[in-house]
Amino acid sequence: MATMIEVRKLDLHYGDFKALHGIDMEIEENEVTALIGPSGCGKSTFIRTINRMNDLIDSVRIDGEIYYGGENIYDDRYDVIELRKRIGMVFQKPNPFPMSIYDNIAYGPRIHGKKNKAELDILVEKSLHHAALWDEVKDRIHSPAMGLSGGQQQRLCLARTLAVEPDVVLMDEPTSALDPVSTAKIEDLVHELKKDYTIVIVTHNMQQAGRISDRTAFFLNGYIEEFGTTDQIFFNPVSSKTEAYISGKFG
Amino acid sequence: MNKVRLMGERVMERFLMICALISIISVLFMTVFIFKEGLPLFKHVGVADFLFGSQWDPQGDNPLFGILPFIVGSIMVTAFSMVIAVPIGLAVGIFMAEFAKGRIADVLRSVIELLAGIPSVIYGLFGYIAIAPVVRSLTSSNTGLGILTGAIVLAIMVLPTIINITEVSLRAVPSHLKEGSMGVGASHWQTIVKILVPAASSGITAGVILAMGRSIGETMAVLMVAGNSPTMPRGLLSSARTLTMNIATGISYASGDHWISLFTTGMVLFVFILVLNIVVQVFLKRSIEKDS
Repeated sequence: MATMIEVRKLDLHYGDFKALHGIDMEIEENEVTALIGPSGCGKSTFIRTINRMNDLIDSVRIDGEIYYGGENIYDDRYDVIELRKRIGMVFQKPNPFPMSIYDNIAYGPRIHGKKNKAELDILVEKSLHHAALWDEVKDRIHSPAMGLSGGQQQRLCLARTLAVEPDVVLMDEPTSALDPVSTAKIEDLVHELKKDYTIVIVTHNMQQAGRISDRTAFFLNGYIEEFGTTDQIFFNPVSSKTEAYISGKFG
Repeated sequence: MNKVRLMGERVMERFLMICALISIISVLFMTVFIFKEGLPLFKHVGVADFLFGSQWDPQGDNPLFGILPFIVGSIMVTAFSMVIAVPIGLAVGIFMAEFAKGRIADVLRSVIELLAGIPSVIYGLFGYIAIAPVVRSLTSSNTGLGILTGAIVLAIMVLPTIINITEVSLRAVPSHLKEGSMGVGASHWQTIVKILVPAASSGITAGVILAMGRSIGETMAVLMVAGNSPTMPRGLLSSARTLTMNIATGISYASGDHWISLFTTGMVLFVFILVLNIVVQVFLKRSIEKDS
């Protein structure tokens, strides 16, 4: 198994506040890497550095390197558009665009120059299948996406991400706004998707991390307290703080 | 203690309601008086002759009260002012909401606020001294005063309205939509064109119509630069009179039916504004519904 993404000595500042301290991490291909930790520990901030979503915030300053495909994505000449195409993201709150289901999914491919109707049709259907949403929406793919339930909206957002055919899917607490049934569906999907994609998922829910991930990183106060296979982190943690968090003593 | 506080609440509530009533009553009175003064003209002049007559000669031996040239004048000046102001206003609004940062944004914002606060007579002076000569030297117009000059002056006047509402509507678009778009690899500009502007379109449209209302109702500035000839406008460079100009021109000396006809002109203007306002309400309502 190959390393997909390599993070080296990554620091991040919001203005004067240092939110991430010297993060080092390897993300392996076709695995699920979970990022856990208490609120404000930097896990969401970190996942957003992987596809440079933090570029949208003015006050953010980043030092260090993230290697993807052999190149440092923080290099001045790096193509951010291409990066976000290859490393897609599903956000905490379902954020479908105010347009039809079809147009939501075709949005990315169209942006990247795919105009052929027949090709788009196939891609939309394939993406909806991948996100396990096709059966529920196949009769109304031209109706507004806003009419879907929260769980369906989140799977739509996943389908929208998959439609640009990325290598990596980042998920920032994708189930925190969903009910248990929808959450279970997303978890099943993650399990299914790792055959074809590399997945990084931020989660507040430790059981979830335990169920779906291969590796787990425990973040605390902007540092990685411990990073290893999920079995090791959950059953044989090295750090006493990891153990305390895993066993529910704080968080 | 509790009773006193409850009394205070009630008094305050009544007071606020009375203030609200005063503004409603003002509008009501204005409507009633303008129609009361203006309608009697139709005893002497046919409605169709008034609205669609193209001759205006209120003091002749055989007086004519056709305001069609002024309706056409108003529409032309307003339409061309929009042709100029909408693209510029949209562009500046987008710039302010999405690109302007730090000092540039601060300076720009205060300049636009200033622009909104300048009295229209100053716009008129500026148009007369600065824009009319340019129009004269660049075109075949003899005086430089006419529809084009009026439209340019009005366009500058209504820019702040369009800019502000565009900026506010764009800022009101939830940031997670922007993230969703950038997250699939859309560029900033693609995100603006395909997601942000469409999501803000109801608000922006309301702003444009609001600006249209200001433009059609503006009097002083156009009076000084549009030429004020009471004939049917023949083109962009033609001198023209608008509905507002007709009222302002006649009010100082008119008498008899001519005097009454000024109020009738006001009625027509009133209906124009009313229609525009209703359209604004519809769009604003739609934009609120879309957000929820």
